Amino acid sequence: MPLGNFASLIHFLPELAVTATILLLVVVHVAGKNRQSAAPALLSLAGVGAALLLAALQPASAGRSLFEGMVALDGFAIFFKALTALATIVVIFMSMDSGELAGRSQAEYYIFLLSVLLGMFLLTASTDIVMLYLSLELVSIPSYLLAGYLKGRESSTEAAMKYVVYGATASGVMIYGFSLLYGLTGTTQIGEIGRALATGDAPLPVLLAAVMVTVGFGFKIAAVPFHMWSPDVYEGAPTPITAFLSVGPKAAGFAVLVRFFYTVFASPDVAAGVWKISSRVDWTLLFGVLSAVTMSVGNLVAVNQTNVKRLLAYSSIAHAGYMLMGFVLLTPAGLQAILFYLVVYLFMNLGAFYVVILVANGTRSENISDYSGLGSRAPFAAVSLAIFLFALTGIPPFSGFIGKVYLFAEVINRGVYWLAVVAALNSVVSLYYYARIVKVMFLEDPKDSTELPVPLFPRSVLCFLAIPTLLLGVYWEPVARVAANSVKLLAF
Amino acid sequence: MMEPTAYLLLSGILFGIGVAGVVARKNALIILMSVEIMLNAVNVAFIAVGSHLGDPTGSIFAFMVMTVAAAEAAVGLAILIAIYRLKETIDITELSVLKW
Repeated sequence: MPLGNFASLIHFLPELAVTATILLLVVVHVAGKNRQSAAPALLSLAGVGAALLLAALQPASAGRSLFEGMVALDGFAIFFKALTALATIVVIFMSMDSGELAGRSQAEYYIFLLSVLLGMFLLTASTDIVMLYLSLELVSIPSYLLAGYLKGRESSTEAAMKYVVYGATASGVMIYGFSLLYGLTGTTQIGEIGRALATGDAPLPVLLAAVMVTVGFGFKIAAVPFHMWSPDVYEGAPTPITAFLSVGPKAAGFAVLVRFFYTVFASPDVAAGVWKISSRVDWTLLFGVLSAVTMSVGNLVAVNQTNVKRLLAYSSIAHAGYMLMGFVLLTPAGLQAILFYLVVYLFMNLGAFYVVILVANGTRSENISDYSGLGSRAPFAAVSLAIFLFALTGIPPFSGFIGKVYLFAEVINRGVYWLAVVAALNSVVSLYYYARIVKVMFLEDPKDSTELPVPLFPRSVLCFLAIPTLLLGVYWEPVARVAANSVKLLAF
Repeated sequence: MMEPTAYLLLSGILFGIGVAGVVARKNALIILMSVEIMLNAVNVAFIAVGSHLGDPTGSIFAFMVMTVAAAEAAVGLAILIAIYRLKETIDITELSVLKW
């Protein structure tokens, strides 16, 4: 039974903590005299930290439906709340260190950042298309503003403009798909839509709706062919925001993709322990092709990049392709592989972007050629970046390897060999461009051999990101178990 | 109760006009307007279906979409003004600092 509005509030504490922090930040923004003070950052850290704690403490045992069936409280939602809150905390650290954001109004920035976080909390839990649409827009609209936060810098404003045009169009197409689903079934609850579609007999409108909804979700996870915005936005946006967009909203996009498609267009087959397609459209093949194309385009285009942010943008497209492999299998183990991969991806990708920020603070450059000799100029940062890049490639003993093992194992286990072959070839291609940065850092002579100082605070944050990247490569059992439990609570 | 067919047809046509505007136009302002047309097409569909089923959810959804459309337009226009101040043009083909 869905809980009523007041009874739900007690199960809604992480979201309430974020909301309260946003409201406090508004007060700080209006009342505070010094626009550059660190108070908003510290306040947001406290708020998001509290939300993370509250989310982790939520009992995952029983799936609950809150607010008359608008949002779900299950292990899956709790997992993604904790994941996105953790990403936001790291991004707040990055933002405090970033030279790009220095001198700009701080409170507004954190208001937008936390609004996106609130949107992600709701998006990963929504079980009603009204809530789903509103929370998706709550993620998108502040993201447009954050991408253009460096007002007066041409690349940032241009990134925001492209983002808003692509984003608004994608969400418009998605909601038209929702209107088709509502018209076919007469309900906005995704569970009921799924049941109605399973008995219905109208393949064409269902296919159309599935494709249109895919446009909206594909935009969020930056899957080819809906990825056109991402390289430009990732390059133009402030680097902490680039890092944030490549982890937070992408993870939330995967969460909503899984929850929506596994509820609406598939249903759990409890006896076999897998999901089976319940509508008449074989959408797994569509997503299999999408996965292969996404990883291939991401990796092949990344090879030629000279700007490191743009390179990481294409690499993050490729990683979305890898994760989509787990989505098409319709098995709990496939989903577990996605969740596990998202955890290791969070650490390695945020770590890589953090080093980019530190280098840009010193050299004012994001070109790969300016990384030459980084190994002698800033050994700590260079070694950390090498760790993150090798983890992204998926070389043992780093955590990225274990993430890929889980994905590949399940793909092969289910007999989708062609996809496994494409993904393996892609991993080889990715080694080329990741290793190229490492080569530039350690084997080429520096153009300018002055030392780049890395203060204690960034050092400790880098350790915080690098240690899990290494540790999860040798001892991943607990995280894998949490991921497996979170998946189980989705349906079975 | 009313037959929704005609309204759904209208909605489809409006949506097509919106998509065509987004794809074909180069002026960022017109593109944002075309997105609004797409969203209004969605509203027509929701209200028509909701009214046909006698279910108020469709109309409520349309209100939500309108609110979001207003927020999106506010943000889109703010960014548009920022672009115009920098480049004195809102032609999106002129946005070429970022490219592969």
